[in-house]
Amino acid sequence: MPEIINVEGLCKTFGKLQAVNNLSFTVNEGDVYGFLGQNGAGKSTTIRMLLTLIAPTSGKVELFGKSLLTHRKEILAQIGAMIERPDLYKYLSAYDNLKIFAKLSGCKVSEQLLMNQLEVVGLADRAKDKVKGFSQGMKQRLGIAIALIHNPALVILDEPTNGLDPQGIADIRKLIINLSKEQKKTVMVSSHLLNEIEQVATRILIIDKGKKIIEGTKQELLDPNQTVVEIESSNNGNTYQLLSNSSWASHLQPITNNIVSLTLNKNQIPSLHRNLVEMNIDIYSLQQRHSLEDYFLKVTKGNYVHTV
Amino acid sequence: MYTLFKVELYKIFKRPRTYIAFAAMTALITIIQLGLKVDGKEYIEFVLGDLSNTLQVDGKLCNGYFVCFCILNLLLIHVPLLIALIAADMISGEANMGTLRLLLSKPITRTQFVVAKFLAATVYTLLLLVWIAFLALFVSIFIFGTDDIFLVKNNYAVQIASNDIMWRYLGAFFFAALAMVTVAAVAFFLSQFAENSIGPIVATMSIIIVFTIFSTMSIPLFNKIKPFMFTTHMVAWKEFFDVRVNADNESIAGSIQRPDKIINSALILIAHIVGLVSLSAYFLKKKDILS
Repeated sequence: MPEIINVEGLCKTFGKLQAVNNLSFTVNEGDVYGFLGQNGAGKSTTIRMLLTLIAPTSGKVELFGKSLLTHRKEILAQIGAMIERPDLYKYLSAYDNLKIFAKLSGCKVSEQLLMNQLEVVGLADRAKDKVKGFSQGMKQRLGIAIALIHNPALVILDEPTNGLDPQGIADIRKLIINLSKEQKKTVMVSSHLLNEIEQVATRILIIDKGKKIIEGTKQELLDPNQTVVEIESSNNGNTYQLLSNSSWASHLQPITNNIVSLTLNKNQIPSLHRNLVEMNIDIYSLQQRHSLEDYFLKVTKGNYVHTV
Repeated sequence: MYTLFKVELYKIFKRPRTYIAFAAMTALITIIQLGLKVDGKEYIEFVLGDLSNTLQVDGKLCNGYFVCFCILNLLLIHVPLLIALIAADMISGEANMGTLRLLLSKPITRTQFVVAKFLAATVYTLLLLVWIAFLALFVSIFIFGTDDIFLVKNNYAVQIASNDIMWRYLGAFFFAALAMVTVAAVAFFLSQFAENSIGPIVATMSIIIVFTIFSTMSIPLFNKIKPFMFTTHMVAWKEFFDVRVNADNESIAGSIQRPDKIINSALILIAHIVGLVSLSAYFLKKKDILS
């Protein structure tokens, strides 16, 4: 697979703050590359360096096999980006905003192209309305329309689900999968929410304090032998006692917050379920949690907020 | 860059704030014209002062040309504020709205971005000047009619024949446009250091006020820096209304007393514009976009 993004030894300091520290990673063609880290980890700074908004202190950035320093315009013409909030011209309509950025992206603008794009993001009926009256979700959708209007080969979405309701989050997730599978685009998506990233990403990079913690495919990062299962029952203390006297004792983890949890292989979950029923335990829920989540929680020192 | 320039113009003229300046100018000029229509005679007597005792004047002193001169004198102090309102918002406004990062991640260079934005601010400035010219000159001619213009300077008076005036106004408005574009360049330069337009607007007006005080006070220390301050040269449009005289002390039609002064001032203003826009491009190129 050709390399779309190749970053080597990237550093950025703001005064005494080392925002990005010797960061190296590669994004291949067709990847949905999840860029994960808690708030302030250096994700946005890295993305801004990829878009030439921030100059790196040191390091090498190549996109599409070309240096960003020497082929800036050519490279940016192939990128569609939404950086953090989708801030737009509030006094202009959705149609006018899209038209302006389509022109600046270098594509041939026609009314049909613009309306089709607005149709894709579900804003065709609000095309002539001023953006100042739009909800956050509508602005986000318009931001995505702007990022995609010139049919870029690489799409960079920085925290695309920020401020969205569950339906909006699901729509963005669907869009990312569609961009990758149907339109064969390379997507780099950043988030501080593991849950968001792991549902769409084919490869994941976790950073903390500007440093790379781990990078790999979802399969590489998710060790099936380290799957954590949480059990909620009518009497969690009794459940823990029964399991500690069974063959599952070696899998049990100390009980915390009145939650019974076991670390096991993913394939053992059905058998655990059967045994729980045989022990006459009333189960309310049996929830699988990945080792990646524990890993992420550990590296980000518990500041991670789990969302469902 | 032409696309970017067109986009910038489109954005300027789609904003309601753009039209504040046009509305304010219309209101101010109308008020001045109304005042002079009602009490023009008293105003002329006030302007002439003691001369009215020794000078007998035939014709209409309060004519359209004279009214236009008065309006220009008054308004060219206030117009910079209206210019700064737009020019100071050109970059800071984008940072404030959060659109700067979106614009600068498009395939355009930062130099193109600066030049296109400044050209758009220049077009706005020129259109405002055209509007002022229309109201102050042509509407005044329509209301007050035409005649020779009689202007009282510090220690002499100038009379210019009515058929020798229009080209002088053309020159004066061109020069005023250059002066106002310089103000736009100052506001535009300051615009990139802020994330909302209030700071650059206040800073631009403060610079103009302080420099104007320096320019008008005759203190040796200030005299050394006066020739380099743009405010000293902004008022050189008045030179178009100073004529040479012949041996009989009569005005020579088509003459300007100090054309070299106009050229020198124009060159200094152009140098300011080029310098400030170049510095804007230089600083923006080095700037990390964090907004």
